[in-house]
Amino acid sequence: MKYLDRIVEKTGWPRLIIGLFLFSLFIAAPFAQVKIGTSLSDTLIRFGMNGIMVLALVPMIHSGCGLNFGLPLGIIAGLLGATITIELGATGAASLFIAILAATPFALVFGWGYGNLLNRVKGNEMMIATYVGFSSVAFMCMMWLLLPYSSPTMVWGYEGVGLRTTISVEGFYLHALSNFLAVRIGTFFLPTGMLLFMGFVCFLVWAFLHTKTGTAMTAVGSNPVFARASGVNIDRMRTISVILSTWLGAVGIIVYQQSFGFIQLYMGPFYMAFPAVAAILIGGASVNKASIMNVLIGAFLFQGILTMTPSVMNSIIQMDMSEVIRIIVSNGMILYALTRVKKGAH
Amino acid sequence: MLKNDKDNVIKFLETNLVPILFVIIIAFALPLSGFSVRYLFNEIIVRLVRNLFLVLALLLPIMAGMGLNFGMVLGAMAGEIGLIFITDWNITGLHGMFLAMILSIPLSILLGWMCGKILNRAKGREMVTSYILGFFMNGVYQLVVLYGMGSVIPIASDSIVLSRGYGIRNAVNLTGIRQSLDKLLPLKIGTTLIPVATFALIAVLCVFIIWFRRTKLGQDMRAIGQDMAVAEASGIDVARTRIISIIISTVLAGFGMVIYLQNIGTMNTYNSHEQVGMFSIAALLVGGASVNRAKIGNAILGVVLFHLMFVISPMAGKNLIGQAQLGEYFRVFVSYGVISISLVLYAIRKQRDKARAGIALADAQEVRD
Repeated sequence: MKYLDRIVEKTGWPRLIIGLFLFSLFIAAPFAQVKIGTSLSDTLIRFGMNGIMVLALVPMIHSGCGLNFGLPLGIIAGLLGATITIELGATGAASLFIAILAATPFALVFGWGYGNLLNRVKGNEMMIATYVGFSSVAFMCMMWLLLPYSSPTMVWGYEGVGLRTTISVEGFYLHALSNFLAVRIGTFFLPTGMLLFMGFVCFLVWAFLHTKTGTAMTAVGSNPVFARASGVNIDRMRTISVILSTWLGAVGIIVYQQSFGFIQLYMGPFYMAFPAVAAILIGGASVNKASIMNVLIGAFLFQGILTMTPSVMNSIIQMDMSEVIRIIVSNGMILYALTRVKKGAH
Repeated sequence: MLKNDKDNVIKFLETNLVPILFVIIIAFALPLSGFSVRYLFNEIIVRLVRNLFLVLALLLPIMAGMGLNFGMVLGAMAGEIGLIFITDWNITGLHGMFLAMILSIPLSILLGWMCGKILNRAKGREMVTSYILGFFMNGVYQLVVLYGMGSVIPIASDSIVLSRGYGIRNAVNLTGIRQSLDKLLPLKIGTTLIPVATFALIAVLCVFIIWFRRTKLGQDMRAIGQDMAVAEASGIDVARTRIISIIISTVLAGFGMVIYLQNIGTMNTYNSHEQVGMFSIAALLVGGASVNRAKIGNAILGVVLFHLMFVISPMAGKNLIGQAQLGEYFRVFVSYGVISISLVLYAIRKQRDKARAGIALADAQEVRD
């Protein structure tokens, strides 16, 4: 019994409930005539689509900036990169890398500014990050209308000005990664390239966190006083982590687009931070601690629930409650993490 | 003397940056929009009637140092549930409106108590926590209203239930109570109709807030807002007082929502409360309030300035570049931008005060050596 108590204490009730919920969904699936092959490959595809955006949260948690609710800022950098690539007329699989390259300068500049802002508001990062994300999305809504884009695949056909709300990436980088070395067995589809790319980026972040800079960054997050005493420039480390987070957000959305097939502008990125945050927390991260493992487990569990709930629920009780369950699960998880911050974390 | 004046000017600019910015925006956009003064005056009266009560509901938690109560959407949900029931029971007029308010009270108290409990576990990050709590409860609200009502909770009226047999429709028609309070004591000035009864109710709330500040409980809240540790040391039950401030705010938000919706006349079952939270908070900040300081005057000025901007910006955008859409995006941007600027200014000020206090402490210790 004591052993069981310890497991519960360590994993936390919400995580345990969510894990059991997903487990029971998989058990119930065959009885509900849901094809395991399709469900599993859907889960894997969504895992690969969202993985890098979840990974984008890691650097800022490490440096003590908390959960990056300002992820939409990085996503905007990615959207700028994507639209510029299409505007320039780059096509084929290579355009994916051009998009990432084009997004990089924006991510660096945005991240630098955002990082400097967060350095001035230590202790209030999360609330301000949320609103930085919201304001930047709202600001870009105006810019998408005003910026001088002219590619006919992107602007409104009727007036010839202003970008469309959704832009297809077909002919550009649609499935550029997903179809690379892809495996198809019946209804099962494995997007090998996308998963490999995600693994590669995860490895890069893992390696970075083990360099001298990466270790210093972690030190800033776990004990700022100690870090300053050992000669680490706290503000600089935090800024680097925010820039990295923002850039990963930009890469993340481009990978998402190549699988999803569309660039979503305007209010599209508005709420994108919340599922990513929920995923990493479900994976076992907390407001001030996260690992690559948390990212992988969390993204898989969360996307698994999102994929399985509608199909299983629908066939068992004939009610599609998946949207409500998504809202309650993701926000419940964030709420739990926010109320579990240990004293003296700041 | 001269230096002192300069300091005062800087301080004035610093505390009133947001309202000043707003006045400038409006000064630019007003002539562009081409609206008549009479129309705008009319609009402002309508907006004050609709929103002022809700904005005033935010004041108490700010006094208790808990920041902007994003959890006010919980109260708004309670108000909406009250309205769903009176619509179902077909109780119309003023009776219906007040019954909806009364029905919302127990629900608001329960939700407020829960919110207060949770916020006590997240001291120092009340705002982001109450914000996420709003999202979370929105999920629970949907679960209850979209799936529970008509299946578990009996709803008799077919007009508000979805055709599938359970769940409330997207839009609920409130014709029964529409403007029942506003039309109770109408006063006509020129072409403008001033709903005296609603303003009287708002005035009662203002008097309540002023009176409450002077009670023992109000004083305790202010002490907690000043310094939680000192308040705790002087024997104030901090946790309990904070919960009470949130409960009162939630109950008031529930009333405010009923007043808001009786003016509009239709209820957007699944969206109304979310928008109300953001607009109320933005309006209060536009009026010059900050995270730790808000007065009744801030609320009134804020509602006038914020909604004036809201009314004129689509037209101004259309006349300026030929796209009304741009003006609409602009006002969304301004709503979020205002909250961002206020939060950042507050955080910077707090950090500077902390640094100053540290230097003062160091100085004091220096002298002793």
